Amino acid sequence: MTTESTKKPTVAIIGPGNIGTDLLIKLKRRGVFDVRYMIGVDPTSDGLARARRLGVEASHEGVDWLLKQDELPDLIFEATAAKPHLLNAPRYREAGIKAIDLTPAAVGPFVCPVVNLTDLRAEPNINMITCGGQATIPIVNAISKITPVSYAEIIASISSKSAGPGTRANIDEFTETTSKAIETVGGAAKGKAIIILNPVEPPLVMRDTVFAAIDGDADRHAIENSIHEMVAKVQQYVPGYRLKSDPQFDDPNELWGGKGRVGVFLEVTGNGDYLPDWAGNLDIMTAAANFAAEQLFGNEAAAN
Amino acid sequence: MTIRDVRITDTTLRDGSHAVRHQFTEDQVRQVAGALDRAGVAVIEVTHGDGLAGSSFNYGFSKVSDIKLIEVAVETVKNAKIAALVLPGLGTAHDIKEAKAAGVSLLRVATHSTEADVSVQHFNLARELGMETVGFLMLSHMTEPKKLAEQARIMADAGCQCVYVVDSAGALLPETVTERVDALVQELGDDAQVGFHGHQNLSLGVANSLAAYKAGARQIDATLRALGAGAGNTPTEALVGALEASGIRTGIDLELILSAAEDVLKPLIPIMPLIERDAIVQGRYGVYNSFLLHAKRAEERYGVPAYKILKAVGEARYVGGQEDMIIDVAIRLQNEAS
Repeated sequence: MTTESTKKPTVAIIGPGNIGTDLLIKLKRRGVFDVRYMIGVDPTSDGLARARRLGVEASHEGVDWLLKQDELPDLIFEATAAKPHLLNAPRYREAGIKAIDLTPAAVGPFVCPVVNLTDLRAEPNINMITCGGQATIPIVNAISKITPVSYAEIIASISSKSAGPGTRANIDEFTETTSKAIETVGGAAKGKAIIILNPVEPPLVMRDTVFAAIDGDADRHAIENSIHEMVAKVQQYVPGYRLKSDPQFDDPNELWGGKGRVGVFLEVTGNGDYLPDWAGNLDIMTAAANFAAEQLFGNEAAAN
Repeated sequence: MTIRDVRITDTTLRDGSHAVRHQFTEDQVRQVAGALDRAGVAVIEVTHGDGLAGSSFNYGFSKVSDIKLIEVAVETVKNAKIAALVLPGLGTAHDIKEAKAAGVSLLRVATHSTEADVSVQHFNLARELGMETVGFLMLSHMTEPKKLAEQARIMADAGCQCVYVVDSAGALLPETVTERVDALVQELGDDAQVGFHGHQNLSLGVANSLAAYKAGARQIDATLRALGAGAGNTPTEALVGALEASGIRTGIDLELILSAAEDVLKPLIPIMPLIERDAIVQGRYGVYNSFLLHAKRAEERYGVPAYKILKAVGEARYVGGQEDMIIDVAIRLQNEAS
């Protein structure tokens, strides 16, 4: 290992599944961090084998093993599931390791990097919400910056192949976590989230729709500009993030409690780092986590 | 105890909710649930068309909340069980507990016909709460019988007591219903019953239900006057008549169910679903029936014919719940036309 690379902030990835492996590939490609460890619990894990091939020290003996190492990482990415993270989070904190949580455990505050990361720099543990949340909450925020949003609803459609067993066994966590974050991070008074799995072949590229209830006299031009600016910001870290059409404004309707509506139709094409490019849901989570990490460690990394 | 060979679940107050854009009132629910109960219908489903928590921009906001309508139905009926539907990804454990507290004793959990594993936590919870359970494999026409039976097994192992072959697009024919019901019966044996939910797009609701019964289905869904999504559902009163003519006992009184349809529902609902162009296109191309009124609304908004939108939606193989894609498709077709 060169002297130069040892100066980079060090990270460990916990959970060598789809998310962890995709993140590993991104981190290696970016080269901002020194990926020291990949941690799992299954000795036959493909993700651990792949990490070793990429020159990363990998262990199937879990967080116990990691915390026994002489050299602890500066940062941990948790890519397991909510339950393990609830157990692990206090241990990371005790060891003084910052954590970026990609599970729905929500131990720390919700983060959408382009919306609220700067307020949360000092937090020991931040949570990346959900894939659908990372895709849609920037848009809810872009609208609520211009006009009050009394209600925002998001629909995330993902290919069946990109939904792992964890997502499937705990689908309620997606809807509940995302709904909450639409309110607390997006700025809507009330939030609702819906997720659809579609098995079509070839697999469907991730789609996300945002519907926001706005007043009839809201400034449509300003809302539209705000949405376009936000899309450009997200594209910094997710190049395949784009509007499928211009925002759609509908006049107030009695069936909508007298509110008007803006509808935003998004497509998220992944970078194809681990799963192919239809898995935009995977990509937007790992890209957001990586971007957040780079922002948080940016000064230190730049100083080196 | 009523002797019956097949149990009919009337879903006028759930699937029918699509046809009235989820605007059912407490008074309508009281009248319909009362008439169904008097006729001897054993299970009455009451929920937003898209299930608990379906009230939304994407599927249409309810005039009256699910819980309020369920409470009205529960206090109206003397014998019938009140059922509620939930679609994982939309409704959650929280909604199920609320429905149970409001008096729902039978929970129906619906997933796309290849995604049964998202229902496991909901079945587990329903059984823990002491509820009877039914599983819905939606858009069953898209999935081959063997694969469908594997999905039914996942539901049964999770605590589902009857797995339905759900023809959400009205795209199945008597033969393709028979193959699917037969595959499920073979797979499930005594572990769970098999049910069938039909639609009228190709005018086969009753015929498909008879085929399903013959293949071993012992629970069948229907709605009064076929009130339901798309072309509408298997009409309860015609199904009761046809089963009676076949010597199959339903426990439902024909005269009273005809009265429920004619004297109670008919005056309440001014516009009924029809087997016409848009709905037939749905049956032919396998498009989720609830998409119909959303496509009609997109036609008004974007000036693209609804049947063209529905056909494009079918070709893209969008599944239940992706109503937002109707607008997306309409915008694309509008751009292509201009």
